[in-house]
Amino acid sequence: LRKNVEDFTGPRERSDLGFVTFDITADILNGKNGLQTSRNKNTLIIFDWNVKQLFLYLSAEYSTKNNALNQVVLWDKIMLRGDNPRLSLKDMKSKYFFFDDGNGLKGNRNITLTLSWNVVPNAGILPLVTGSGHVSVPFPDTYETTKSY
Amino acid sequence: GWPRSGGIRGRAAMDLFGDLRRMNKRQLYYQVLNFAMIVSSALMIWKGLIVVTGSESPIVVVLSGSMEPAFHRGDLLFLTNFHDDPIRAGEIVVFKVEGRDIPIVHRVIKVHEKGNGNIKFLTKGDNNEVDDRGLYKEGQNWLEKKDVVGRARGFLPYVGMVTIIMNDYPKFKYALLAVMGAYVLLKRES
Repeated sequence: LRKNVEDFTGPRERSDLGFVTFDITADILNGKNGLQTSRNKNTLIIFDWNVKQLFLYLSAEYSTKNNALNQVVLWDKIMLRGDNPRLSLKDMKSKYFFFDDGNGLKGNRNITLTLSWNVVPNAGILPLVTGSGHVSVPFPDTYETTKSY
Repeated sequence: GWPRSGGIRGRAAMDLFGDLRRMNKRQLYYQVLNFAMIVSSALMIWKGLIVVTGSESPIVVVLSGSMEPAFHRGDLLFLTNFHDDPIRAGEIVVFKVEGRDIPIVHRVIKVHEKGNGNIKFLTKGDNNEVDDRGLYKEGQNWLEKKDVVGRARGFLPYVGMVTIIMNDYPKFKYALLAVMGAYVLLKRES
């Protein structure tokens, strides 16, 4: 995982913009699940007859001086029933801009990345499940001024 | 004057006819009351749902394809809106933009919550390329708890199509109401 922090003009003010690249290895079959950036895979949830699709998303959660809790979805994917349940994605860039509401990314040591998913049934309850693995990412203390992303 | 036998029969006939007219009126009142009871019960169930779920509109119909392939136009969503339920990324929320009546069903992709519980969040339809900032009010960049109608907890496909058809083809709605009204009023309990 590599990360830079760059100052960028967000909605009106200059807010911190973070760049993260990540690997996702997940095996969504039966049981519990895991998000790893390297080794062991755990097995995961079941695609049963009432599961139409899974909406997977990688979210970054952290707290800043401005806000006690922040959650930003960096990446998402729709996994339909019948799709390959094993994910092995390397060097992924975030799909969405990782803007903070303010300047709380600089020097923030503890950004937690978690993989979660929304189970969409053919009919019935819509649960949100969080994966059991998570990764902690620290951001550096300085801003990058070059577009090294 | 009346022939005596005819008179008795005549009066009996009048009484019977009177009875019949009175009975029809009573039956009519009964049917109307029956109908009113059905309508009141339905209203009570709806109000009860509003109380139990905490949402002003606990059942909504999906109107657009912006959440496909999860939800399609015509699907029915069941919502809750408990005050203590925090809004978190990944949840599917139904919200109304200030000043507009149409509820929108999208997913929360950004959350910023302050220590005092103040939350602002951003939404995006799964099937849309960009987030919903273009849908919000002019100058509005975030949604707040007050804009939320509820969180989607369950869903049934297709069932809401009836509402959409009734909306798009009002003649169908009147026909349906007329048929229902006629059925209830004319139904005889034997």
